[in-house]
Amino acid sequence: MHIWGANGTGKTTLLRVVCGLLRPEEGRVAWSGQSIDGVRTEYQAALAYVSHEPALKANLTALENLRYSVGLKRRVRDAELRATLEHSGVGACADLPARVLSAGQRRRVAMARVLAMRALLWLLDEPFTNLDAAGSALLLRMLEEHTGQGGLALVVAHRTLDLQRPIRRMELSA
Amino acid sequence: MWTWFYRLASPPHVYRTAAALAPWFLALAAGMIGYGLIDGLVFAPPDYQQGDAFRIIYVHAPSAWLSLFAYTTMAVAGAIALIWRIKVGFAVAAAAAPIGASFTLAALVTGSLWGRPMWGTYWAWDPRLTSELILLFLYFGVISLRKAFEDPARGDRAAALLGVVGVINVPIVHFSVTWWNSLHQGATVAKFGKPTMPGSMLWPLLAMLLGYMCFFGGVLCMRVRGEVLERERQAAWVREAVGS
Amino acid sequence: MNVGAWRAMRLILQRELCLGFRRPDQLLQPLMFFLIVTTLFPLALSPQLSLLRDMAPGILWVAALLSSLLSLETLFKVDADDGTLEQLALSAQPLYVIVIAKTMAHWLVSGVALVVMSPLVATALAIPVHAFATMMASLALGTLTLSWLGSIGAGLTVGLRRGGVLLSLIVLPLAMPMLIFGASATDRAIGGENPAGALYFLAALCVFTSSLAPLAASAALRITLE
Repeated sequence: MHIWGANGTGKTTLLRVVCGLLRPEEGRVAWSGQSIDGVRTEYQAALAYVSHEPALKANLTALENLRYSVGLKRRVRDAELRATLEHSGVGACADLPARVLSAGQRRRVAMARVLAMRALLWLLDEPFTNLDAAGSALLLRMLEEHTGQGGLALVVAHRTLDLQRPIRRMELSA
Repeated sequence: MWTWFYRLASPPHVYRTAAALAPWFLALAAGMIGYGLIDGLVFAPPDYQQGDAFRIIYVHAPSAWLSLFAYTTMAVAGAIALIWRIKVGFAVAAAAAPIGASFTLAALVTGSLWGRPMWGTYWAWDPRLTSELILLFLYFGVISLRKAFEDPARGDRAAALLGVVGVINVPIVHFSVTWWNSLHQGATVAKFGKPTMPGSMLWPLLAMLLGYMCFFGGVLCMRVRGEVLERERQAAWVREAVGS
Repeated sequence: MNVGAWRAMRLILQRELCLGFRRPDQLLQPLMFFLIVTTLFPLALSPQLSLLRDMAPGILWVAALLSSLLSLETLFKVDADDGTLEQLALSAQPLYVIVIAKTMAHWLVSGVALVVMSPLVATALAIPVHAFATMMASLALGTLTLSWLGSIGAGLTVGLRRGGVLLSLIVLPLAMPMLIFGASATDRAIGGENPAGALYFLAALCVFTSSLAPLAASAALRITLE
């Protein structure tokens, strides 16, 4: 689903509510028919959230960042993480600390993290920020593959998403 | 049945009820404190050990008791608000905090004035005094924490949590005189078994205690109304209640 | 496929230690503060050894308390600032697992370091060698309790800009009982008496805090994250 709207209309807030980070004042979020409060662990295991900031520790290498975040959700070997980084185009940065990476590279590492988590639900807040043309194309391909395999994605983006499959769009206005 | 309870705890209902209760509390307080002061300061016999200096108990002991009672009220209200999401609990906790802090300060000051004739010093680092001082610091921490947040709702929740964490100090203050060797005299009223004070001294003390509690109740009602208004100022019922 | 709590704790602990040792200067700062503060007292009060010995447990403990507080501020703040705290909160691990792992990492890096350095400082304050064992045991328990209490305070003040002073205001009153017993235990050991009573009480305080603090700190974090 593509969520779009002018600045300040609450797109990020919506995403955070779906994550479970914010509690909704009215209504509830349900996963497989159950409120997420009851199935918190399963729900979090099935989702991957990328916020506006890439959320990487500056002093850890890209590989370590992935190891310590993905590793909490599922057992994963370093080799697999390296392959995922390679797939995202930042394989060479695997052993570089995140603070020396450019904004675009950090964004790609964050995308690699999403891939590595093997999550059913992707919650992406402005994922195209700082990505060059190649990066954006890569991200669109990732979204294609993900939704093709039955995954869900809620993407907040200002730009249009050109995917092969139909997309639901939701516009938020103030 | 729960809907009845939630209606009872709804802000407009609390606002109206507090307005109705406050004058009763304050009138009772005036009566009891009036009686207590006159009977205690004038009619009660002087203590065989301390003479007339003991009379400060009529101000000191109720202040100390209320400092604990107010903290417990604040902690319980905060806990109810956090666990069952009854927002008016935050208003009660916010209202009770400064009142409790004032009582704590009063207890410390009156106790200090009493300490001079009784122990020869204005202050001693004994368990009860120290834990009461810690209570004052805890109050201050809760009040500061609430004010430190830009988002008042978050400030309320954080302050409520801190209040609950600090409530451990309340039994420490109360039982400090039994658990440790303390300069401070033991409990005379709030203990298991018969009170150890003669009737002529006890009745004014109980009256003062109840009077202080009514005073707390009345002032709490008044402050809760203010806190509720502030938190609900966007709501329609506030515009009706205040605007016209 | 799911990651159990112990494994997750180990992973987070690893992460914290990794991060900590990559900035050794930040690890050393609280220790230097500890040294400097202890030095202030003999300078301000009196360099007479006999006098120092009397006050030594108090000086040691207050200095340990203050330097631990310094490093507590960053317990959650750094992660909150770069967005990784959210990721941790969404990691399918209960929040208390994260809190326990981070707090233990904090204690290992700051508290244990203080305990190891304490004989050095104790010698400077004329504490006799036979009291060292008690002193180090009490400091170990005390700094652990303080880490737990500090995690609650840190959780509550994460989002605040000037949270440092408020953190101290919140944590210090809660830490006062521990201070009383810790200093008392060291005091008794110096005087040749049996410090067991105070040490047991300190241990009890530590256990009590360890069991309840993670819950309180996770609740605090949940409030801050909302």
